[in-house]
Amino acid sequence: MRLTSYLQDSRLTIELTGEIDHHCAKSYIQTIASKIEAYTPQTCILDFEQVTFMDSSGIAVAINALRNMGRIGGSLLITGICGQPLKVFKASGIEKIVEIKECVL
Amino acid sequence: MKFENYMTLEIPSRSSNEAFARSAVACFASQLDPTMEELGDIRTAVSEAVTNCIVHAYPDGLGIITIRCRILKDNTLDVVIKDKGVGIKDIQQAMQPMFTTGGFDRSGMGFTIMESFMTTFSVTSQPGKGTCVHMRRKLQRRK
Repeated sequence: MRLTSYLQDSRLTIELTGEIDHHCAKSYIQTIASKIEAYTPQTCILDFEQVTFMDSSGIAVAINALRNMGRIGGSLLITGICGQPLKVFKASGIEKIVEIKECVL
Repeated sequence: MKFENYMTLEIPSRSSNEAFARSAVACFASQLDPTMEELGDIRTAVSEAVTNCIVHAYPDGLGIITIRCRILKDNTLDVVIKDKGVGIKDIQQAMQPMFTTGGFDRSGMGFTIMESFMTTFSVTSQPGKGTCVHMRRKLQRRK
């Protein structure tokens, strides 16, 4: 698991990298939850631009982040998503409950 | 012979093997000259099936996962992923989107994704004996 994050104007941006599967999902979920709890941002942005592969574990990562943000009354935005990860997001129908911005190629 | 090539892979149900399993199948499939998108679809479906074995088939320890791939004559990849784990009592319920008996780190979308990313998909299971996922993906012939 590799991620970097930064906080600016109550917007917490978390950049995910590499492959997201069940093997690493739990640590992503827990790390994101602890960052949201620590910074209580108004908006959390999950940036998927550097994600090269994900299966439905990536959906679980997004849903957990959405729940964490809901608990503190904030919102979640998913950005930079394209290719294979975008296809998984679309197949899951999660775009109905989370705002998604696809990456511009 | 109905198939042109095959391989069988046996791995213990360690989550660290998920990446290996999907990459191995993708490597095998690459002889069919798939597009990046087709390869991504195959990797995704295999990842879901193998994860199911790890999370659900063998919840209390390690078991064996067998992956068999064949190349059929009409440019089709045939994949069978089998375990000898606990089995699924109610397959229809397990196939429902968002249904999961897993923890917070599962989304319940595994079967939905396998079904939408592959050309054909079927599951057979016997409680106490194991589960078998059979998928096929017909690849477009590139001109």
